[in-house]
Amino acid sequence: MHEHKSLLATLVRLLLFASAVIVPSGPIMAAGIDKQDFGQIQRGRYLAVVGDCAACHTLPGSGHALAGGRPIETPFGTMFAPNITPDPTTGIGAWTDREFIDAMTKGTGRNGTHLYPAMPYTYYTKVTRDDVLAIRAYLNTLPPVYNPVKADQLPFPFNIRTSMIVWDDLFFSPGQFQPRADKSDEWNRGAYLAEGLGHCGLCHTPKNFMGTDKTSERLQGNALQGWFASNITDDRRRGIGGWSISEIVDYLKAGHGRKTLGTGLMAETIGQSTSHMTDADLKAIAVYLKDQPGQNAGNNEDRTPAVASDQPIMKRGRSVYADECSGCHAGDGKGTEHLFPALDGSAVVQQTDPTSLLHVVLRGTRSVGTDKAPTAAAMPEFGWLLNDNEVAAVLTYIRNSWGNTAPAVSAEDVRKARHAFVERSD
Amino acid sequence: MARRLPHKDVVIIGFGWTGSILANELTDEGLDVVAIERGPWRDTATDFPISYAQDELRYRIRHEMFLRNSQMSVTFRNNANQTALPVRTWGAFMLGNGVGGAGLHWNAEFWRFLPSDFTLKSHLTQRYGANFLPDDMTIQDWGITWNDIEPYYDQFEYLCGTSGTAGNLRGEIQDGGNPFEGARSRPYPTPAMKQGYGHTLFAEGARKLGYKPFPQPSGNLSHSYTNPLGVTLGQCTYCGFCEWFGCANYSKASPQTTILPVLMRKSNFEGRTDCEVTKINLDNTGKRATGVTFVDSSGEEFEQRADLVILCAFSLFNVQLLLLSGIGTPYDPQSGRGQIGRNFTHQTVAGGLGFFDKDKYNFNPFVSAGAIGMCIDEFNGDNFDHGPLGFVGGGYIGQVQTNGRPIETTAVPPDTPAWGSKWKQALKDNYLSTINVGAACHGSMYSYRDNYLSLDPTYKDRFGRPLVRITLDFHDNEIKMSNFLLEKYGEILQAMGAKQVVKHPRKPPYDVTAYQTSHLNGGAIMGDNPGNSALNRYLQSWDVPNLFVMGASAYPQNAGYNPTGTVGALAFWSAHAIRSQYLKNPGPLVHA
Repeated sequence: MHEHKSLLATLVRLLLFASAVIVPSGPIMAAGIDKQDFGQIQRGRYLAVVGDCAACHTLPGSGHALAGGRPIETPFGTMFAPNITPDPTTGIGAWTDREFIDAMTKGTGRNGTHLYPAMPYTYYTKVTRDDVLAIRAYLNTLPPVYNPVKADQLPFPFNIRTSMIVWDDLFFSPGQFQPRADKSDEWNRGAYLAEGLGHCGLCHTPKNFMGTDKTSERLQGNALQGWFASNITDDRRRGIGGWSISEIVDYLKAGHGRKTLGTGLMAETIGQSTSHMTDADLKAIAVYLKDQPGQNAGNNEDRTPAVASDQPIMKRGRSVYADECSGCHAGDGKGTEHLFPALDGSAVVQQTDPTSLLHVVLRGTRSVGTDKAPTAAAMPEFGWLLNDNEVAAVLTYIRNSWGNTAPAVSAEDVRKARHAFVERSD
Repeated sequence: MARRLPHKDVVIIGFGWTGSILANELTDEGLDVVAIERGPWRDTATDFPISYAQDELRYRIRHEMFLRNSQMSVTFRNNANQTALPVRTWGAFMLGNGVGGAGLHWNAEFWRFLPSDFTLKSHLTQRYGANFLPDDMTIQDWGITWNDIEPYYDQFEYLCGTSGTAGNLRGEIQDGGNPFEGARSRPYPTPAMKQGYGHTLFAEGARKLGYKPFPQPSGNLSHSYTNPLGVTLGQCTYCGFCEWFGCANYSKASPQTTILPVLMRKSNFEGRTDCEVTKINLDNTGKRATGVTFVDSSGEEFEQRADLVILCAFSLFNVQLLLLSGIGTPYDPQSGRGQIGRNFTHQTVAGGLGFFDKDKYNFNPFVSAGAIGMCIDEFNGDNFDHGPLGFVGGGYIGQVQTNGRPIETTAVPPDTPAWGSKWKQALKDNYLSTINVGAACHGSMYSYRDNYLSLDPTYKDRFGRPLVRITLDFHDNEIKMSNFLLEKYGEILQAMGAKQVVKHPRKPPYDVTAYQTSHLNGGAIMGDNPGNSALNRYLQSWDVPNLFVMGASAYPQNAGYNPTGTVGALAFWSAHAIRSQYLKNPGPLVHA
């Protein structure tokens, strides 16, 4: 905590200094967009889906695609995604292509302003110029919507946009994706998508106190917005090590694997983005992710639970499980394929951070419905029924039964989560 | 003045089984469809989650899922000499409300009718002669045959994942199934449910007497199942909370578990809940429906115009809306003329108790399900010779005990005090060792001239519209039939080894306060000409050809089975006719 505060103070000093820096805007680039180029526009549409622009830039229920206004939660406060329709005054209609490319790949807005990395330019910097222009070509075809959005309403010092210059200097390394010669074309395509437009790490990579990726723990899971985005490395226990390539593709396509369902923030990502991607691209992403090394490779076959089954918390958890959970998830924790997730061997259940489990049990959740798997079964909320001790016990039980192992959940963890969820508006 | 909404291709009134089926079929056709539902939106995790779904007090005793009588009720009398009174709390039948309708709270007993049921009048007349039937019995043929409807039974079963053992596969009798069923084109999509000890013992008793018991076809699934629409249902946990309840773990077939996940994703579908249709509007010729008027929960009135109107409310309310809208001619029991309200029927159900030695028998009655059970069909329909018996009709007999829920499962031997420590001891002694089946004899009710529906002259709903009035009583034929079934049931209980059998015969007059089933039928029946029916064989109104009327209101009389399998099959049959014939050439599909 002390360290956190002193670093923050350093940052404030830095940005006060940095605010004097003037960034010149570049010359207007010749357009790389042909309004008649249907192929480019359609490629752009697909890439906008891959990049999941709508996740932030479309306000659900507004009826206006990409007209902005959706609140985006960041560790530093709430921001509002801007309007990216071609409206000339409130959207990006008056932007030059060069300005658009810079925003996407360098995090600079018009006239040298600096974007916040809630806009994942730290990922989009890897995207090729052709692909960025294709996205622009597609955006140009959208109906312009007049919708002024006050994008940033952050508290001081984060409300000073030029502070981002410092942030960028510290944490942002621009540059297009460089394929690796020692890997297959498929791997490289997967890496390009996952590290670039797909921006998987924005949710799945742990962040340091400044909100930037801890590169040493890339894709190992991260808590955000009341959920824990799971480890998606090849780790057999907490990652996707136990999944085949085709299971990963099915999950991203249908939202439902044989043993698991997409819920929480991933439900939205699947529904709006990955379920609309081509099988070839999904397979490429799966190949790339499967090649991200797990963490406890030597330890994966260890079936010793972190909490022994004869502990009182496990006994209590077993009885709560029998009464409240076994009807759907089954006594053996194997669930029902395509309907009720298996808890036995589940990576979500065994994440070190139990935030998602607490969310699911206390508040309930609905899985994503897709064309391929429309059922969208839901988990009811149990927060009103189970007290903190019971939730802690049942979560500890499922995290340490059937060969699962993960740290115990305490009643205090549950109390804190309950409090945090009450504060949430979603 | 009603606010006029943008025109739709199709307006559906009522969003239960038939509304969901028709909406899905017609949106598949590319039509723009709106369904208007009187009750609320309902879904599994939010309305009957597993954390409180098994609450007998809330759902069974306090009627959580059902239409509130203060919103809409019916009036009842036994005969035309009485003045009908409004039903202020449901008794003889329970009427669903909200999305899913009765398809949400049913037991999911998933029967097909017999082939002869569809040609009942001709069949019985041919076998026994016209004089064999009571004078005032008004049964008739449906206008369709087994071969017409069989593919649609199949379609409904495969939508729902129905669990059962085939008895007649393409004409070949199968071991373990119902040998009396009509030839089916495919086996059931999932195997029959597991059976409890009491159910198994019933089958043994029935076999001893020479019958061929079989598992009841069930919409509570023995296995998880993914239907042709891609929707997955779970495996039944045998919790015993089905009838009156929503299923908390996705294992009972309902619109919610089979159709809605797909339908609700379609951009050409819209559902409006908490909106009550008050009238089907006609143009000035009276031969074409222009749409409907409905009122939302704020009291605002809307007009929804549409090319095609599909009436999918519960049977009673289908008839009420036809009468209120001036469609067809109201039935007059004096002259026998008019079709709307005619041939109203219910079911004739009887049951009983079998008390067994508590030291030898433990039935664990709480391990159960809505459509569990072993049945015999020897005495259903015309599966047996009625000649010497002096009645027609019949029913299945079964150990179909659906639950051992604590509030109502309180059977004690007849000589036990009604309260106090002796009652408690008797309850304790008998809870685990009693076979307790209210609907063990699930008998038919055939139609009669004096059983009908009409508009009540006195009692009105909140809009000032007359309530629908039921005029209904049991006739001797049904009582004889029911007593005959009960006799056979008692013999099987004895063969099972009961130390005491207590029969509860069905007695007239018909009692609107005592629960039987919620199988209300007729009032807007199908047939082969406008002189004997409200609807043609495709469930299309003879009077208003752009109006189709789904549901059990189309049954000319009721068979000895639960009606929903046939409700679903008829909906698919009608939907197929609309898709393949009507849309290509809108107009009457049968020329009278």
